[in-house]
Amino acid sequence: MKPVLLWSDALIFLLVTALVLFFWRLRRDPQTRERWGEVFRSRLGMVTFTVIIAYVLVALLDSLHFRRALENPEGNSGGEVYYDNRVTSVLDVLSGGMGERFERTYSAPFALLSFEKQTIKDAAGNDIRDFPPLEHAGRHLDDPADKWPDVARKSAVGLGIGLLFSALLILPQWWWLRGSTYPWYASWAVQATLVSLAAWMVYLSRYYHILGTDLGGADVLYQSIKGIRTGVLLGTLATLVMLPIAVSLGVMAGYFKGWVDDVVQYLYTTLSSIPGILLIAASVLLFQVYIDLNPDFFDVGMEKADARFIALCFILGVTSWSSLCRLIRAETLKISQLGYVQAAHAFGVSHTRILARHILPNTVHIILITFVLDFSALVLAEAVLSYIGVGVDPSMGSWGNMINGARSELSRTPTIWWTLSGAFVFMFTLVLAANLFADLVRDAFDPRTSLRRAEA
Amino acid sequence: MFAYIIRRVLYAIPILIGVNLLTFALFFVVNSPDDMAVSQLGDKYVTPEAIDNWKRKHGYDKPLFLNPDAGGVETLTDTIFFNKSVKLFAFDFGRSESGRDITTDVTTRMGPSLAVALPTFLVGIGVNICVALMVVMFRATPLDRGAVLVFVALMSISYLFYIIGGQFLVAKTWKLVPISGFHPEGQVWKFLILPVLVGVVAGIGAGARWYRTLFLEEANQDYVRTARAKGCSELRILFRHILPNAMIPILTGVVVLIPALFMGSLLIESFFGIPGLGSYMLDAIRSQDFAIVRSMVFIGSILYIVGLILTDISYTWADPRVRLS
Repeated sequence: MKPVLLWSDALIFLLVTALVLFFWRLRRDPQTRERWGEVFRSRLGMVTFTVIIAYVLVALLDSLHFRRALENPEGNSGGEVYYDNRVTSVLDVLSGGMGERFERTYSAPFALLSFEKQTIKDAAGNDIRDFPPLEHAGRHLDDPADKWPDVARKSAVGLGIGLLFSALLILPQWWWLRGSTYPWYASWAVQATLVSLAAWMVYLSRYYHILGTDLGGADVLYQSIKGIRTGVLLGTLATLVMLPIAVSLGVMAGYFKGWVDDVVQYLYTTLSSIPGILLIAASVLLFQVYIDLNPDFFDVGMEKADARFIALCFILGVTSWSSLCRLIRAETLKISQLGYVQAAHAFGVSHTRILARHILPNTVHIILITFVLDFSALVLAEAVLSYIGVGVDPSMGSWGNMINGARSELSRTPTIWWTLSGAFVFMFTLVLAANLFADLVRDAFDPRTSLRRAEA
Repeated sequence: MFAYIIRRVLYAIPILIGVNLLTFALFFVVNSPDDMAVSQLGDKYVTPEAIDNWKRKHGYDKPLFLNPDAGGVETLTDTIFFNKSVKLFAFDFGRSESGRDITTDVTTRMGPSLAVALPTFLVGIGVNICVALMVVMFRATPLDRGAVLVFVALMSISYLFYIIGGQFLVAKTWKLVPISGFHPEGQVWKFLILPVLVGVVAGIGAGARWYRTLFLEEANQDYVRTARAKGCSELRILFRHILPNAMIPILTGVVVLIPALFMGSLLIESFFGIPGLGSYMLDAIRSQDFAIVRSMVFIGSILYIVGLILTDISYTWADPRVRLS
């Protein structure tokens, strides 16, 4: 086994560490704690947060990559170890090889036979056209009619294992959090559901294709799960790229005013007047030309896809900073008129210190709200970009690529609905949770809404 | 007022120059014309002669900014920058990489784009405002909270699913309209109904939710309490008091979009096979036709700036207190 560190892996772990540290520091601020408390005192906040954390965990597990060591060929004992050309992630291992069970082509969820007829040999050895049996579904059954009772039995076992795991997960929390006033039970209910579902999927996928297979015969459930990493990473990394640009320019424009303000305003008006999708498309295409012309840069195929992915994050970040910059500039204009900033000036505090100690901390709520709101927008944008052909690399699993590949499947007869459904369910859950959570965060942190509530 | 508009138009010029420089930098400095030639020709046919031929044919064989060999004014004009970027200001878009005249393409494709985008826009605003007003009528009840949840859920569905779902339900299962296509004569509405419907439904979540917050903001004002105190009916309060006052924020959000309607919708047009500017752009992106992308970037930014100016003008119209100076 040989670990592989892709750039996006490194960045996402860096980002998660940074976020944890950031919130650790924020904890000391009583006002912020009060607001976060408000978010988590609602059941909806707990539920959505748990769902988001679950997605992030899956993304992180899928970001630990390695290359398997290949078995030494006979007669070549010792010496050099060769590594598989494919890159595996910890999630692949945990899913119990869900992604390695390929069929020939389409098959419906829980099907035993392929979706399309092929020429096969019958018992007597004659060529006939019929639906061939699947290679990795229901092989353990003696009688095909026994399928659904078997599925029910296996489901019970899978769910039982899942509940056992959930109990192991929740009991320590319950012990640790006794007497807490927060609605933890809501979070535990979600945790139990998700863990049971995961166990059920892993267990059952050894015997059936739960969501069927797609055109290339790949397991749809596995692909949907692989899409999680792409969605989560894109949603966070692009914002991460955008934040420093937007915050530094916005704060400077609002604080220094004069020509700095003019320049920054000019920059963001220019940028936002270009149709976003065209700018992104043009940038991605140009980067693609660059990758194609320099193929020796990359060791494994996945690194090429990863380079394109990072570039996409950068491009999305660089092209989307104008709205946050505008907000931060307005807020800074307001804050820099306040008494305590004037007082700091009078005491001769330096510009950098005023910016860092008095102004930046007071714009944190805007940054936070934007971060959460942009996340869901970016996950949705990924699908559209992939459809246009400027999204992530086609070899990289993503919901956008799944939808793109399956967009004409519904119009076939009989309808192939499972690929789209898989992408839809996984994407919808994440985006819905993020949107609802973003609403709660905004309600708690936006001074306008909290003021209104204070009046009422 | 007039002087203000003139000033705004003049202010637009540096922005357009900025857009122009940015696209020029993107297309010609980051990637040299040679790189473009290679990717357009495909790997198999790349020879130095082929690249030179391609560049000469498309006018990329000149220096970027200064051409000292040409002499006179031509030192400045006989360059890529002048031919490909400055000429955009005169609305001279030149030819696409496949040799078609971009200006003709744009003008013929504007019609179908508008035919879809304008009804979607108008019907969408009407539906969103109605839905939002209805929700505001039931504010602070479980119905209101439920509606907000539904809005957020609708927002969380990707646009692609709306289109695919709409085509599947309306066109394939119910067989009410054709799945896609466009015919300039005859029964155009048949081809337009589904795209407009999908566009409107897809916009309800975000739109109605936004209008709801605007209306709620107004509903908490003192004049609403006064109106209620003097015995106005709830309906009259909604339509006579809240709606006109909420017009100002609605206008800001909406007017800026009007000029962009000309550009059409990328996804709707390509899924429904409508020969508008949206699918034009998509085809250009897919075939890497940078000449078209460049022109569309320019047209798009002009339309956006026009939208900004229109927004300012509409302020004075909606709110007599606002004076432009």
